Amino acid sequence: MSEDGKTEGQVKVAIVGSGNIGTDLMYKILKEPGHMELAVVSGIEPESEGLKRARDEGIGTTHEGIQPVLDDPEIKIVFDATSAKAHVKHAQMLKEAGKIAVDLTPAAQGPYVVPTANLTEHLDEGNVNLMTCGAQATVPMAYAVSRVTSVRYAEMVSTVASASAGPGTRQNIDEFTFTTARGLEEIGGAQDGKAIIILNPADPPLIMRNTVYVVPDAERDEVDEDAITESVNEVVSEVQKAVPGYQLTNGPTFDERDTPWGEKPVVMMFLEVEGAGDFLPKYSGNLDIMTSSARKVGEAFARHLLGVEEVVA
Amino acid sequence: MTEARQTVRITDTSLRDGSHAMSHQFTAEQVREVSSTLDKAGVQVIEVTHGDGLAGSSIQYGFSRESEMDLISEAADVCEQAKIAALLLPGVGTVPQLKEAVERGVTVLRVATHCTEADISQEHFEIAKEMDLETVGFLMMAHMRGPEVLVEQARLMESYGADCVYIVDSAGALLPRGAAERVEALKQNLDCQVGFHAHNNLGVGIGNSIAALEVGADQLDGSLRGLGAGAGNAPTELLAAVLDKMDVETGLDAFKLMDAAEYTIAPMMPFQPMPDRDSIMIGYAGVYSTFLLHAKRAAERYEVDVRDVLVELGEREAVAGQEDWVIDVALDVAKEKEGAAS
Repeated sequence: MSEDGKTEGQVKVAIVGSGNIGTDLMYKILKEPGHMELAVVSGIEPESEGLKRARDEGIGTTHEGIQPVLDDPEIKIVFDATSAKAHVKHAQMLKEAGKIAVDLTPAAQGPYVVPTANLTEHLDEGNVNLMTCGAQATVPMAYAVSRVTSVRYAEMVSTVASASAGPGTRQNIDEFTFTTARGLEEIGGAQDGKAIIILNPADPPLIMRNTVYVVPDAERDEVDEDAITESVNEVVSEVQKAVPGYQLTNGPTFDERDTPWGEKPVVMMFLEVEGAGDFLPKYSGNLDIMTSSARKVGEAFARHLLGVEEVVA
Repeated sequence: MTEARQTVRITDTSLRDGSHAMSHQFTAEQVREVSSTLDKAGVQVIEVTHGDGLAGSSIQYGFSRESEMDLISEAADVCEQAKIAALLLPGVGTVPQLKEAVERGVTVLRVATHCTEADISQEHFEIAKEMDLETVGFLMMAHMRGPEVLVEQARLMESYGADCVYIVDSAGALLPRGAAERVEALKQNLDCQVGFHAHNNLGVGIGNSIAALEVGADQLDGSLRGLGAGAGNAPTELLAAVLDKMDVETGLDAFKLMDAAEYTIAPMMPFQPMPDRDSIMIGYAGVYSTFLLHAKRAAERYEVDVRDVLVELGEREAVAGQEDWVIDVALDVAKEKEGAAS
C-alpha cells in the first residue's frame, strides 16, 4: 500500500502536542513501534520538556504547531494530543491534507473507538476519537456484559488522583460525563449510560479506580452469571495486553438493586488502572490508558494502510 | 444597646441532606407538606435535590423514588416567600440539569466540591450567574484541610461568582474550635458571605454552628429533626430556639418549626439520625457521613463489621461521592476475614 516506497514495513506517524499526553505516547510508540515510525513530534514551545525529550530520542521536532506535519506527505497518521478546541481546527486541516487523525482530545469529530470493543470497525474513517480515559477504562466492561446479555443500563464511577487531572478536564468536567455516558451506550451496548467522576487529592496520589455497574434487561434468575464472569475476565486479559496495570480488584460480583425498572440484578466490577510509568507517574492510569489505546489504534490503522493482517497485538 | 442585632440566614436542607436518611424515597406529597410548613415558619431558603445533588439518582448513590425535578416543582409551587435551592456536585450533575432545575423554580444554586478541588466548579458558577441565580459554594470534607488551603479554595469559588462560601463539615469530624478557625479565616479573607454546614456525628452540630456564628458566619444550614446523612445536621428547630435565646435575628418562628419537626417530619422518618455507634465512628474516622447507610448495607451483605469498613475508608482517604468504595472495601474486608479464618 505504501505510495512513496520508503515505508514498506512501517507508516510514518506524528504526534501533535508535546505536553504530558503527547510525551507519554511518544515513549509508548518508541517502546513498541509495530508498524509505525514516529517521524515528528510537534509543539509550540521550542524549549518545552516534551520537545527536548523528543530531540533526545532522535525524533524530528517542530515548534511551529501542526503546519509542518500537514506539509509532510510521508506522514499518514497524526495523533492529536492538544486540546478539544485546537482539534476542531486540526480535524479539518488533517482531512484536507489526507491524513488519518487519532484524536486524544474530547473534541469528538469522528466516531468513538475503544480498542477492545470496536478497534477494527472504523479503519476506513479519517478521524477517530478516543473519548475519555474513563470510557477507555470502563466501556470494555459494559461491552463484556452486553455481548452476553442485553443491557438496560450501565453506570461508571471514575476516581482519579487530583494530581493527574489537568486543567482541560477540570474546566470542562461536564464533558467527561456526557462523552463517557455516550461511550457506554454506543460502544458498551447499554440502552442508557451514566458517568460520574470524582477527584481525590490523597497523598501519595491514588491509582485510578473505576467502578462499573451494569443492569441487564433480564431478571436475576435468567442471567447467566458464569458466562458474564467468563466474558469479563476475557476482556480484562485483552485490555491487559495494552495496559498491563489494568485489573479487577473485586468482581464481577452480582447483587440486586431497586432501580427505575424494578428490582434488577446488578453486575458490579471494581477496576484499578495502574500506568506503565513510561513518562507519566504510575498512578496516572487514566492518562496511560489513553496513550496505550491511542498507540493500539494507530497500529491498527498502520497495518490497515499496509495491508498487513493482525498477527500479534 | 445601640448595636444592631446579629443576623444569620438559615437554609433548611431536610429535603436534600435528608434525602440520604430517606434513601431518596421522598414523595411529591411529602415535599409539598414539608416545604409549605417551612415556608410558613419563615425559612428563607429550602434546598430540594437528590442527596448527592442534581442527577444524583444512580446505582452509586441510590435511585430517587420520584424525579427530583418534579419535587423541585412541587416545592416551588407551595412556597410563598422561601427561595428554592438546588445542590450540584460537578462530576455528577451537569449544566443541562441546572437549567431544568431553574425552569422548575430553583433560584439559589449551591455548588459543592471536595475542599481541594474548587476549580472544577467554575463553569457551573459562571452559568448560574448568567442565569441570575444566587450562588453558594460548598467546600466539602473541610476537616481534611486547614484554614490556609480552604481560604485559597474559597477564593477560587468567590472569583467564579459565589455569593457565599460554606465550610462543610461533611464528616461531622470538626469540633467547635476547628469549625470556628476555618470560618473565621474565610471571613477575614473573602468579600463574599461565609456559611457553615454541620453534621452531628460527634454530637456538636449545634455547638459548631454557634462557634461559626460567633466568628461571623452569615449563613447556617439546618434540617428538621436533623434529618440528614450520618447523625444528621443541626436541627433547624433547635437552631431557631438557640438563636432566639442568643438574641440573633433569623426571621424564623421557633414554635412553628418545633411543630414542623414534631408533626410534619418525624412521622415521615424511617429512623431518627443520631450519634449512635456507627455515626460516631464516621465522625471519629473522618469519613463522609453519607457512607453510613451504604456501609451498613454492605456490612450486612458481606458479613463484616461496619466499623472495619468505615475505618478502612478513612485510611484510604475516601472523599465525598465515593460510595462505590464502600462495597469494594467491604469485599476486601470479607476477603481478609476469610483469609484469616482459613
